[in-house]
Amino acid sequence: MTPGRAILSVERLCKSYGALKAVDGVSLRVAPGEIVGLVGPNGAGKTTTINMILGVLAPTAGRIEIDGADLATDRRHALSKTNFAAVYAPLPGNLTIEQNLRVFGMIYAVPNLTARIKEILDLFDLRKFRKTRAGLLSSGEQTRLSLAKAVLNRPRLLMLDEPTASIDPANARDIRAGIAEFVDSGHSGVLWTSHNMYEVEAVCDRVLFLSHGKIVLEGDPKTLPGEHGATSLDDLFVAVAHENPGGEKAA
Amino acid sequence: MTFSRIGAIVLRQIYLYRGSPQRILPIFIWVAVDILLWGFISRYLNGVAHAGFSFVPALLGAVLLWDFHTRIMQGVTMAFFEDVWSRNFLNLFASPLSTAEYLTGLVITGIATSLMGLAVMLVLAWTAFGLSFLVYGAALAPFLMVLFLTGIALGIFGAAIVLRFGPASEWLIWPIASFISPFAGVFYPVSVLPGWMQAVSRVLPPSYVFEGMRAGVAGKAVPWDRLAVGGGLAVAYVGLACWFFSGVYRYAIREGLIARYSAESVS
Repeated sequence: MTPGRAILSVERLCKSYGALKAVDGVSLRVAPGEIVGLVGPNGAGKTTTINMILGVLAPTAGRIEIDGADLATDRRHALSKTNFAAVYAPLPGNLTIEQNLRVFGMIYAVPNLTARIKEILDLFDLRKFRKTRAGLLSSGEQTRLSLAKAVLNRPRLLMLDEPTASIDPANARDIRAGIAEFVDSGHSGVLWTSHNMYEVEAVCDRVLFLSHGKIVLEGDPKTLPGEHGATSLDDLFVAVAHENPGGEKAA
Repeated sequence: MTFSRIGAIVLRQIYLYRGSPQRILPIFIWVAVDILLWGFISRYLNGVAHAGFSFVPALLGAVLLWDFHTRIMQGVTMAFFEDVWSRNFLNLFASPLSTAEYLTGLVITGIATSLMGLAVMLVLAWTAFGLSFLVYGAALAPFLMVLFLTGIALGIFGAAIVLRFGPASEWLIWPIASFISPFAGVFYPVSVLPGWMQAVSRVLPPSYVFEGMRAGVAGKAVPWDRLAVGGGLAVAYVGLACWFFSGVYRYAIREGLIARYSAESVS
């Protein structure tokens, strides 16, 4: 864990549906300037964890603090410091890019919104599509729009749930570079879920393996495979997915 | 509450209406059809009844007031459905937007669209059939206010139902106004209803409006005390609807409905 004040602090987070424990005692921190990867097989609890941090799913137990604000008691302040992009949460397709950014800019109370929208349109190479309805964009352009909305309010915590899923490698590389640049300022931290281990290794400073609702491994994605006798992060992922039916922490 | 966030919800609707004649036309078309249909029915009844009683303010006026009430409800629910149809809940509710700001934005949208419809109603009814709302005198303002508040309450209630039970339940919401109308005594006195229907009508604020309207048209004194009861019920229903929506929202957060709303729609 990175010392100092964390942008995101999650302590012993749990979510149960009856007897099923979707998330079981997850604790994690994201520091300023850090990109933390949250990986794991389907159903491991990644999206459930993200949804709880986004405030759209109430935890059964545990505590979430975003930039010092407790999500349970100071929801508005906590959520004003964050933003997200997810492949399953597209922006309204019947609004243009510019309209979407204006509406969400107002919701996040972005100062100097018109100037910020212009800046963001250039940053994500969307200026030429600004009058185009979001529903008419290609997958890559829609992903760039989602990311544009996600960084519009300069969030301290940026959450990305499989941001490069279903887009081509060239677009994915540009997006990774854009996010890395955003984080380099040291103002923000990122929690990033992905099934692309190459991407995680290339982008993340730290990776957390989630299995059966528990964090079972944690470390530097470049050195973690070697520490656990795996040849690559991909192999380690497969091993974790197959060898932790009970979700016990391996390290 | 922050004006910027409420403004964002309203602005989204303005963008949708501005770029879509398909959304604007229904605000006027159904109103116009109702006025023509009921205007001619009223004129025909005036011709055959020879009772010295004008059906225009009683029947056509009732239709106009009921349409106004229905349009407000639909204005609120339609604004909500736009977010259902565009799978926008996760984007909205994972933001600093509060439910109060969201509902206020929906209500302002409902008011704006229904006022546009009302303006068309007034002009058409006056030019085509000589009906002026001024015939209702000072009671017109409370009539409109009670119907307006009841429409808002029903709109928020309908939105809560769809939030709770999912997009398919929108089909339960559209017929609500039609379901209520027989009990509300839109076209006939509540006294002609059987006892159990009269009991239902007593808890429906619009029934007090239409009873008052008929009294006024018949030259009798408007029963202000009864109208006040209708107004009190309407205010209470707005409060109850907001409370119900907040309860459903908390349930949705606890059970993960908002997250699944999006997930279901992409599966």
